[in-house]
Amino acid sequence: MESTRVVVTGLGAVSPLGLNAEQMWAGLRGGRCGIGRIGAFDPTGLPCELAGEVPEYRIQDYVPKSHRKAIKLMCRDIELAVIAAQEAVVGSGLVTKAVDPEHVTVEPTRMAINVGAGMIGCDLVELAPAAAASTTDGRFDIRKWGKQGLELITPLWLLKYLPNMLACHIGIIHDIQGPSNTITCAEASAHLAIGEAAQVVARGGADVALAGAGETKIHPLLLVRQHLLHRMTTACGDTPEAACRPFDADAQGSVFGEGAGIVVLENIEHARKRGTRILAELAGIGQSHSIGPAYERLEPDGKGLQIAIERALEDAGIGPDELDLVIPHGTGVPHDDLAEARAIAAALGPAVRKVPVWPTKSMLSTTGAACGALDVIAAVRAMVEGIIPAARNFTRPAEGCCLSIAAELRQARIRHALCCSYTHGGQTAALVIKRFEEGGDNK
Amino acid sequence: MRTPKAYERVVITGMGIVCPLGNSVEALWEGILAGHSGAGRTTTFDASTFPTTFDAEVKDYSVAESVRDSRRHKGCSRGSGFALGAAAQACRQARIDIETAKPGDGIDRARMGIYLGAGEGSLDDDAFFGCIIAGWNAQEQRMAWDRLIESARRQLNATRELEQEPNMAAAHIAALTGARGPTRSCLTACAASTQAVGEAMMLIRWGRANVILAGGAHSMIHPLGVTGFNRLTALSTRNDSPTTASRPFCASRDGFLIGEGAAVVVLESLDSAKRRGVRILAELIGYGSSSDAFRITDMHEEGRGPVQAMRAALADAGLTYKDIDYINTHGTSTQENDSVETLAIKNVFGERARQIPASSVKSMLGHLIGAAGAAELITCVLAIRDNIVPPTINLVDPDPKLDLDYVPNIARRMPVNVVMNESFGFGGQNNVVIVKRWEAENL
Repeated sequence: MESTRVVVTGLGAVSPLGLNAEQMWAGLRGGRCGIGRIGAFDPTGLPCELAGEVPEYRIQDYVPKSHRKAIKLMCRDIELAVIAAQEAVVGSGLVTKAVDPEHVTVEPTRMAINVGAGMIGCDLVELAPAAAASTTDGRFDIRKWGKQGLELITPLWLLKYLPNMLACHIGIIHDIQGPSNTITCAEASAHLAIGEAAQVVARGGADVALAGAGETKIHPLLLVRQHLLHRMTTACGDTPEAACRPFDADAQGSVFGEGAGIVVLENIEHARKRGTRILAELAGIGQSHSIGPAYERLEPDGKGLQIAIERALEDAGIGPDELDLVIPHGTGVPHDDLAEARAIAAALGPAVRKVPVWPTKSMLSTTGAACGALDVIAAVRAMVEGIIPAARNFTRPAEGCCLSIAAELRQARIRHALCCSYTHGGQTAALVIKRFEEGGDNK
Repeated sequence: MRTPKAYERVVITGMGIVCPLGNSVEALWEGILAGHSGAGRTTTFDASTFPTTFDAEVKDYSVAESVRDSRRHKGCSRGSGFALGAAAQACRQARIDIETAKPGDGIDRARMGIYLGAGEGSLDDDAFFGCIIAGWNAQEQRMAWDRLIESARRQLNATRELEQEPNMAAAHIAALTGARGPTRSCLTACAASTQAVGEAMMLIRWGRANVILAGGAHSMIHPLGVTGFNRLTALSTRNDSPTTASRPFCASRDGFLIGEGAAVVVLESLDSAKRRGVRILAELIGYGSSSDAFRITDMHEEGRGPVQAMRAALADAGLTYKDIDYINTHGTSTQENDSVETLAIKNVFGERARQIPASSVKSMLGHLIGAAGAAELITCVLAIRDNIVPPTINLVDPDPKLDLDYVPNIARRMPVNVVMNESFGFGGQNNVVIVKRWEAENL
C-alpha cells in the first residue's frame, strides 16, 4: 500500500485585504476589515450595500504573454483565481511554463489542478443590449431573442462563464497536464477541492497539485439571491467594518465578497528533493452532509458538520486536544453560526473550552467558493508565524455559542489547525493542517 | 492522511437513468438496441427562432411518481428532479432503502456518499431578462443599477434562485437517501459525471466510504444554455431532420444534439456488496484524468490530453490496450471532437485501434453535457451484460479521414468483457473510466 504525506509549499491569496497572501495576513493580524460600500456597481436598493471587494489590479500583470489573448475570455472569478495561482506557484519555487518556459523544473503530466468555483454570475451589461433588442411591449420576448438578441452575444460568451474555466486557464498558463477537476459545492468548494487534490497526490496521481477556489459574489443578482435566502445582513448602516459579526450577539447576517485562494500541495519527497520550504502538512480531510428541514440552513444540531470534523480528526490521527486553532465557517448568519458552534462543540468535546476559535469573515467577508481557501492560507500563516490574531466584531457571544472565540492576539505554537465549511444545500467539509518542522516530530 | 491496509475493490450494484430515450435503464437499452433517436422539437421553451430548434428532451417524467416524499423536493430544478428519479431507481436496484425513515438495509449512512457531476439549474428566464430590461437605459447605453435591483427584489424567488446552484442536485439526493458520507459535486463541463464516477471509485477504493451514489444530472436546454452553444456553433442546425442531426464520425456532422437527463450508479465496495448479498452488475477497475493545457477554445490537435487520460485509466486498471473489448466514445458529432478523438484512440491502441468497436451513443441520446458520461457508463454495463455493442446511428456518409470501427447503425452481438468510457470537457478536462464484467472468477 503506497501512500505519501502531502505538504503545502506555496500560497496565493487575493482577498478584500489585498492582492497577495502577505497583505491578507497583515490585514488579518492587525484586525483590519476589508468590507466597504460596493464600488463595482451602484448598490442603491440592496438591503445591504456592503461587500468585501478586492483592490484594483491589472490582469495583464499576472498573465504571461503566451496567454494574454485569452484574457478576454476571463470573467472576474477566473481572473482572481489566475492571480492567486501565479503567487502560489512563484512562492513554491516551482518553475512552470508561466514562470520561465526555458527552465521548467516540474513535469507537466505530474501536476494536478483542482479549483473550486461558484455559479458564476454573467456580466449583465454585456447581455443588456441583446435583452433590450428582444422585447415586445416592454417584456422579454424569447422569439425576438432567438432571431436578433442572440446575434448580439459575442460568439465565445459561454466560455467565460463555465465554472471549469478557472482550472482550465490556470492549467494552460502553467502547463498542468495531470488530473484536473472543478468542485462546485458553493462555500465548501475550496476545502473539498484542496482535500481531493491532496488525495490525488497521496495516491500517486501527481507530485504537485494546485488547489483552491475563486469566486465573486459582488453581482447584483447574486446578492439579491443571498438576501432572498436570508443570509445577508440588514444591519449595515454607518459602520461597514462592524457589519459582519460571526458568533456575536448582535449578528444579523453576513456580508458577501470576492476572492481567490490557491495552495500548492506537494508530495513530501518531491518537496524535500528540490529543497523547498515546507510550510505545513495537510493531515486530515473530512466531509459529510447536513440534512435539515430547509436546504439553505445548516441543520440546527450541526450533525453533518460534526461528522465532517470528526472524520478530519480521525484522518489526521489526532484527538481534539491536539488542536490549537479552529477557523470556523462563521458567516455571521445567526442560525448557521449557532448550528456550527454546536457541531464544533459536539466534535471537540471538553477540548472546545480551550481551543481558540478564530472566525475570519468579519474581515474577509463571505467570499463564496473562495472562503475555505483563504481560511486554509490564514491557518498556514498563523502556524508559520506562531500567532493567533484576535477575532473582529466579537464583543458578546450569541446565545448558545459555547466556543472560545479568540479575544485578543496571542503568540501560540499551533500544532494542528482545523478549518470548517458548509454550503447552502448541505455539503460539509473540514480539513486538519499540521505544523511542519524539519527534523521535528513529523512522523 | 490515513492509508488503508488494502484497496477495496469497487463494484456497481445499482443503476438509474432519466434520459431522452426513456426514464428507466430498460427503456434506455431498448431504445439503443433499436437505434432510436431521442431528438425532437424543443418544447421546454419557444426555440422556434433560434438557430437550433430541436433537442433531445426527457419526456413524461414526474418527480412525484419517482420518490416517496416529493414535498421534500418541492420547486427543485429540472436537473435535480431528474437526479432524484435516477437515484431512486439505482437505490431500489441496489436494495438501498429510501422508503422508510429508519432504513433497514444494513448500510451505515455515515459511510454512504454522493458524487455528482451536476450542472446549473436553469435560470428564472422571465425574471432574469425582466430585471435586465428594467435596468437598461438604452439611450445612454448604461445600466441603472437601482432599477435593476428593485426589479430583482420584486421578481426573483428564493427557491428558484437556490435551485440554480449546481450543488443542489446532490443536496436533494442526500435528503432522499440520508447519505452522510463524503459528498461532492463537480462541473468539468461535458466530462463531469465520468469524473464524478472516477473520483467516487477512488474514495471507496481508499476506504473513505462503503457506498457512493455517483453520476450526473444536467439540463442546459434553457434559453441561455442554447444561446451559448449556438453562438459557439457547437450545436447541429439540421432543423429539418432532428433525429438524424447527431451523426458522430460522419463527414456531414455539423455539431452536437443537446440533451438532458440524469444517470446515477451505486458504487459499492466489494466487501459491502457481498456482505449485503446484493447482485453485482459490473466492476469498476480504472480511472484516468488529465488536462489538455492547450487552449480554451480548441482541443489539442493530436488529442494529447485524451491520450493521457486513456493511458492513465489503463494503467490504473492494470491493463494494456490489448485488453479493451469496446470503447464508448465521447463522440459528440462535432467536426473537432470526432477527428481528435479518433486520432487519440489510434495513438493509444496503435494497430489494434481499427479492430476495437468504438461507438457513440450520443447519436441516439444526444449530449447530456454534465450527465453524459454516467449515462454512457450505464450503456457500457449493459453492453457487458448482454454481449451487445451499441451502434452509432446516422452513420450514413463516413468521413474518409475517420476509419475506426464505429459500429455503424446496427447494434452488434459480440463478447464484451472490458469497456472503456471516454468523456472530454470544453476547456480540456478529460476523464476515462474502465468497467469490467463481474464474474465469480474475478475474485
